[in-house]
Amino acid sequence: MRVNISKNKIEDPFVLKIQELSGQNLLACYQCGKCSAGCPAVSEMDILPNQIIRYAQLGFKNELLESRSIWICESCFMCNSRCPKGINIAEVIEALRQILLRKRKDHLEVEKMSGDEKEDVPPIALISSMRKFTS
Amino acid sequence: MKLSYYPGCTLKNHAKNFEDSTLCSLEHLGIEVEEIPRWNCCGTVFSLATDDLMHHLAPIRNLIRVKESGSDSVMTLCSMCFNTLKAANERMKSQPEDLDKINDFMYRENVKYEGDVKILHLLEILRDEIKFDNLAKKIVKPLNNLKIANYYGCLLVRPKEIGIDDMENPTIMEDLMSVLGADPIDFPYKTECCASYQTVDKPEIVADRAYSILSSATGLGAEMVAVSCPLCAFNLDQRQKRTLEKYPDFKTVPILYFSQLMAIALGCPEESLRFDLHYIDPMPLLKEKKLI
Repeated sequence: MRVNISKNKIEDPFVLKIQELSGQNLLACYQCGKCSAGCPAVSEMDILPNQIIRYAQLGFKNELLESRSIWICESCFMCNSRCPKGINIAEVIEALRQILLRKRKDHLEVEKMSGDEKEDVPPIALISSMRKFTS
Repeated sequence: MKLSYYPGCTLKNHAKNFEDSTLCSLEHLGIEVEEIPRWNCCGTVFSLATDDLMHHLAPIRNLIRVKESGSDSVMTLCSMCFNTLKAANERMKSQPEDLDKINDFMYRENVKYEGDVKILHLLEILRDEIKFDNLAKKIVKPLNNLKIANYYGCLLVRPKEIGIDDMENPTIMEDLMSVLGADPIDFPYKTECCASYQTVDKPEIVADRAYSILSSATGLGAEMVAVSCPLCAFNLDQRQKRTLEKYPDFKTVPILYFSQLMAIALGCPEESLRFDLHYIDPMPLLKEKKLI
């Protein structure tokens, strides 16, 4: 894969926004991969958690905001608990979701769910998925 | 002993089996439980964005209700409520400027919040306050010859500042099951997430996860799996229907709340177990073991 790394991308306000919303220092990551090794959801992801951090450091905005991974992460905190550098990867992924959700780009279309579908799942599931996937 | 109790949204419907079995067990242990008045949903997930204070209002409002009821601690059963309430409280304690802002927004509350309510999960209360030794003395029907895998999921043990036990290898549920007379089975998936709220729009992920988690447990000899979270219970029990459709070799297994197992051991009546809410009926196994 050809990857274009540029100073412009690295200095994009997008990178600062991720750091601000997540409260994490992206440059602390040294790519050991423990987050991805422990993540229970990697089989469903297109970009792995350690790659998400690398892409974020380099300002790969489109790749991150269009990825499936950010909607697959369940914030189970396995990555956070395993990171030897103390980076909260789940918070970084939350920041990426928030950047989209704050522009009303919802992932879950609750209005398209039928009454039966909504009744089928417990309130705890509906509320948490709306909290994570809607603006 | 008297406990202030925060139920949360799902304990009053899909997880009524969790609530009823807990209340009956605590009654058998001579503990008074008082549900806090006017509680509201905690939001189910802790708000992770640094600037999102608004979503901490719901959990903190519940902690104000606890204070209003005259208590300085609150018991939760649901792992997600426990995590959300405790994490919000920890943030208020560590960031006083956030606490000020939250109190500003809640100017109509009569009580000002000060980060001074302790949030406890029932399992912690059983271990640290009631104590397992005292529980053991009240057991009338030990769960002999019952092999139980204990599933913690994520929010009961992570993150470290919130969790009730070691986050990599918790044993509190195994310890409880041993006290109840059962044989706890250790299995490697006990802290692996069940895929949580993905169950709403991506239930196929949950079906896959349930397959891995439950097959690991039964493969190691478990006859049932104990849980402590209504969302884990839904995903591991109700979603077994989908798991079976996708994986014909899947071996179904009953999922029980640890409180239901405690209720059986303490001699609570069958009505408090509410097995009508289960997809995989635990009755055949419990009858075979002469526990019902």
